[in-house]
Order: sequence, then structure tokens, then C-alpha cells
Amino acid sequence: MNDDLDFVEEFGVNPGDPLTQRPGHVSHGRFERVVRSGHFVVTTEIAPPDSVDPDEVLARANLFDGYVDAINATDGSGANCHMSSLGVCAILTRAGYSPIIQFSCRDRNRIAMQGDLLSAAALGVCSVLCLTGDDVGAGDHPEAKPVFDLDSISLLQTTKILRDESRFLSGRQLDTAPRLFVGASINPFVPPLENRVDQLAKKIRAGAEFIQSQYCFDIERLRTFMARACDLGLHEKSYIIIGVGVLGSAQTARWLRANVPGVHIPDAIIKRLEDAPNPKAEGRRIAVDLMQQIKETPGVSGVHLMAYRHEKWVGEIVKASGVLGDRKPWAPEPLDSTIGVVTPNDEMLDNLTSTVS
Amino acid sequence: MYAIRRWSSAHARFLERIYTATRPGILAGLRGVTRLFGRRLDTPITAAERLVKGVVFDCQMCGDCVLSKTGMTCPMNCPKSIRNGPCGGVRENGMCEVKPEMRCVWVDAWNGAAKMKDGDAIKDLEFAVDHSRIGQSSWLRLARDE
Ligand code: SF4
Repeated sequence: MNDDLDFVEEFGVNPGDPLTQRPGHVSHGRFERVVRSGHFVVTTEIAPPDSVDPDEVLARANLFDGYVDAINATDGSGANCHMSSLGVCAILTRAGYSPIIQFSCRDRNRIAMQGDLLSAAALGVCSVLCLTGDDVGAGDHPEAKPVFDLDSISLLQTTKILRDESRFLSGRQLDTAPRLFVGASINPFVPPLENRVDQLAKKIRAGAEFIQSQYCFDIERLRTFMARACDLGLHEKSYIIIGVGVLGSAQTARWLRANVPGVHIPDAIIKRLEDAPNPKAEGRRIAVDLMQQIKETPGVSGVHLMAYRHEKWVGEIVKASGVLGDRKPWAPEPLDSTIGVVTPNDEMLDNLTSTVS
Repeated sequence: MYAIRRWSSAHARFLERIYTATRPGILAGLRGVTRLFGRRLDTPITAAERLVKGVVFDCQMCGDCVLSKTGMTCPMNCPKSIRNGPCGGVRENGMCEVKPEMRCVWVDAWNGAAKMKDGDAIKDLEFAVDHSRIGQSSWLRLARDE
């Protein structure tokens, strides 16, 4: 484990200035540095606003300061329309954050995707998560044309070609190649369970250097999956980060399970929420428990906390889980004593919750 | 038809045997035909391929056939046209995220591949389909070594 996390001295006047790329790294991003240094990482996702106000993006990111190593900018998740992941990331990189841009194949063909990969890199984005994407029928524009010109594995291959061969799919050369740390998603919790490790192996072969999983609510399934992945040595070929969700109530959990494809929630979790006097607090406790159990699972490099509508609790959950140890992830402002004690600014939180809901 | 294509995935080993046995003959025949007639018989040959594979596999004529690598299951029936599936949305009962009344194409594909002798080919990386080839005959492409 090499401690290579002192970023402060590298910043010039502007926190958005790029860091220097370390030998053996594929990007110049902070996220790659942190995972490669062997620390257990915490990532989270930001809900993109339905607005053109950059301050809204920054206010949302601000909630995570000092608790996460990277912020995923979702790309029309659930096939709902919002500010694009490219826009969100451009705002975040200017403030010095290290976002992971999510790229879904649902809305763009290969011409647009390659162009946007270059744009992302040009705007200072250093990490990309390649996704196939949700069905358009799931979102608020079911009448839209689903594109799916590429699938996630083809997109991984495309990104690798742009980066490592410095050319477009057509063969035309690039003047400068994008330096991107490339990731993919996995869902070890839904059928065909026996083949999910094969799918992971394929994604790694296609170029995935880090992996972020779908929600894990079933630690047994995760253990079986990780044991098989470790047998194949896959945990040494990519950094596997496991998804954790925050459930607000038994009702939400049931709704998610029934309506959001790919979400597997065991009855035991729903029972826990049902029996709890304060289901919201119990939902957060479940997230904390899962994070601790995930950290104990061999082969896992981190957790990806997806706290949609519970963003203001991310700091508290991360702190309670203790998964970061005494490490404090980078934040744009110099860390002061208030970080580590969660006292979010109430006024800002009220604004945020009203825009989110 | 849905029922026939489900049968085909379930009997992937049987169909693989037929495929391995007939492939050299069909290709040799097609090579002869294309040499003699050039492109003049392309239309009926393409129509024949569409008919046969359509009935047995619900083939969508993507022009780049991978049936022998995907458990004798046509991936183009996946509503997201995934060539390296499945996606993360498969339902708990194995049905498709987008069409709940349809079995996930890729669940059938992996099951079919597990039965086949060369089933491991499903682990090869495929690239997204070439849209300029859609509707063309894969047989003729193979015969012409394109
Ligand atoms: S569930 Fe299966 S068939 Fe449906 S979109 Fe996903 S991979 Fe395709």
C-alpha cells in the first residue's frame, strides 16, 4: 500500500487544474490514484438537477465533502430526463471534484458516444462507467426511440480503442487520446446467477479496470459471487466496488423490488424495516451494516453508496460504518473541524430536499 | 415463433450437431453457386436463410450470425440488442426487464451454451452489430469470406 494521497501541493491557483499522471496509471485522476493505492474506497452518486443552475450541482456535491472519493454523475438514470452527465461532470471538475461519468448506450449512437468521450476527457473527466442503460419504457419519455447502437461491452472496447490505440472505431487517428480510467457495472444478484461471474470476466477482458455493482442487499449472494470471482483472480484484474442502497421504508423496498428491474431485496431486509419503530433510521442502519459486511468480504475494493433522496445522510452513514478508517477523502475546501461531525447546513438541505422531491 | 425459439435454445446441443455436420456442405454448395451465378441468386438465398432461421430461431437477419456462439439463441431478440448479455435488469424469475412476458434472451443463451460442446464461445467478446449489414445473408458472407 503506498500512500499517494497528498494532492494539496499539486493544485495551482485553480482546483480544477489537472493532477499529474502517475507512472502505471491510465488517467491523471484522483479516483484512480486512491483505488490503486489500495485504500478501501467510497463512491456515491449525485442526482442531476432539472435546472441550468451550476450552483445546484455544487450544492449537491457539497453534501459529500470529506466522505467520498468519487461522485458518479448518472446519465438519465431510469430513463428519466435531467441535466446530462457530461454537464454535471464539467461543473464538478472545475471545482476540483473527481467525478465518474456514467455513459449509457440508450440515447446515443457510436458517433455521438465517441465524440462525448473525447469531450468528457477534454473537460477534465478522468473516469468513465460504461453502461448499457435502462429501457426507455422505465422513464418519463416512454415514447422515445431506444438507441442501443452499442452495448456496455462494446462501449468498453470502444473506450479502450480511443485511449490505447488513439483512434476512432473507423480507424481515423486522434491527435490526443483521452486518458480515462474505465469502469463497468455488474449485477451479481439477479439471474442467471451462475453466469454473472463469466459476465464480470468478459467485462474485465473488454477493458474494465474498476467495477461498480448494482445494489447489494443480499450479503450471501455477494459472498458466493466474490468467492468465485476471487477463484478466477478477477479481484486482482479490476477494483470491485459494491453498491449499497438506503431504503426509507418497507413500502419503498417492496416498490423497488417489484418495479425496478435488477433490484433484489431479500424478505429479511423488508422485515427489518417493517419491525423497526423508525424505519428511516433502520434503513440507514441497514446501509451501515451492509457496508461493514462488504468491507469484510474478500476481494472487494470499496462501496458505492447510492442514497437517492437520502443524500444528506451520506456523511453520517459513511462515518458510522467506519469503512474509511481515519482517512479523509479530498474535498474542495480545506477540511476543517466540522468535517467528521455531521452538522449539515439546514438551510441548504431544505433547499436541496425541496428540489429533489 | 417464441415457443420454437425456446425449444431451440433448450436443444442447443442437438442443433449444434446438425450445424457442425451440415456447415461444410452448405458453405461448399453456396461457394459453388456464387461462383457460377455471381450475385444473381442472392435474393432467393437470403430469403431462404430468413425463412429457415426465422422459424427455428426467430432470426432477425442482422447479417452477422452468432447463433453457434450464443447457445443457439438469437441475441437480436433482446430489446436492447445486447451482443454480450445479459443486462443487469433480468427479473428474479428469469424474464426480460423490458418485456416481462418474454424470457430473457441471454438467460436462454447461457443455458443453451452450457449444453453445447463449443459452448464456451459465448465467453468471447462480441462487438455491436454492423448496421450496414442488417438484412443481409450471413451464409453468403461466409461463403464469400467477406
Ligand atoms: S433482460 Fe435479457 S433480453 Fe431483456 S433487455 Fe436485458 S439482456 Fe435483453
